[in-house]
Amino acid sequence: MAQGIAAQTHSDREVIAPSLREIAADWSADQEVFRHTHWGKAMMWIFLLSDTFIFSCFLTGYMTMRSSAVLPWPNTAEVFALVIGGQKIPLILIAIMTFVLISSSGTMAMAVNFGYRRDKRKTAALMILTALFGATFVGMQAFEWTKLIFEEGVRPWANPMGAPQFGASFFMITGFHGLHVRCGVVLLLIIASKVARGHYDTAGDYSAVEIAGLYWHFVDLVWVFIFAFFYLW
Amino acid sequence: MQDDPPVAAHAPDAAHQGQQHPISLYLKVWGLLFLLSAMSYLVDYVHVQGIVRWTLIILFMLLKAGLIVSIFMHMAWERLSLIYAILVPPLVLLVLVRIMTIEANYAFWTRAIFMGGGG
Repeated sequence: MAQGIAAQTHSDREVIAPSLREIAADWSADQEVFRHTHWGKAMMWIFLLSDTFIFSCFLTGYMTMRSSAVLPWPNTAEVFALVIGGQKIPLILIAIMTFVLISSSGTMAMAVNFGYRRDKRKTAALMILTALFGATFVGMQAFEWTKLIFEEGVRPWANPMGAPQFGASFFMITGFHGLHVRCGVVLLLIIASKVARGHYDTAGDYSAVEIAGLYWHFVDLVWVFIFAFFYLW
Repeated sequence: MQDDPPVAAHAPDAAHQGQQHPISLYLKVWGLLFLLSAMSYLVDYVHVQGIVRWTLIILFMLLKAGLIVSIFMHMAWERLSLIYAILVPPLVLLVLVRIMTIEANYAFWTRAIFMGGGG
């Protein structure tokens, strides 16, 4: 892997001038900038860019609230601990959710790859597996919310463990991310059923799989930042 | 990865033909993401604190984000126009973060000094 990246950096140096010429040509003289890219893919990327700003606003808001809070911030390692086999393991619930979401990203990447190869059966199967991982993640999040609301008494406006801002940022950030996962599961199931029914074979264009994949990887990407800033910080 | 020459990926029709990468590439990245997640979990588990903790968290976060965007989302094989259009705009968010740091600092001291630590 490391060797592969090293080799690629080397050869990228040789093509840097052509790709810079490409960028000038793409953006100039009444050209459509993204004409070399499938329109759906370009649109998905631009949507994801706007979504990046939404999640960044949430995370920046969380940063502002947390660093201006005068009451102590709850220790997330203890709040999200689980008792397994009589032993309390810190943050384990969130760790498992992270591994579930990463696994779903792995299966999705392979689904996209089999989509390129027009392998209907494997593409649909891997997409359904991805959706199952996603549904598992949402289920665990429902468990997490239930525990926090009913056992700890956290509300969007109140938090018995300390700073009330914890409740507000927790429900906003994880809620909005969870909504994205749920939408992703629905999207994946729709595209997977279309793949299985041979809908994309008529035109031979499997781009929809790749576009759904972009969305799904983005959901995983957002979780990487939430995991780092909200749960680990 | 040797059957994936980056030069060929820059050909204009690469985006239309789809990309052929060996499945092993995705499995390797998957493994790396697992490893990085486990390591960031360990940062919390072994109670690393202070500047080391924050540095490690951000390091593992950026490595994971980089792997997802470049390999899983195929950004490494896209045209430079698209890469710049998507990856450069979020950098302005650093300005927002800076402004809000100043604002949070102001709000904190206002609360601490004038509201008796409450509010």
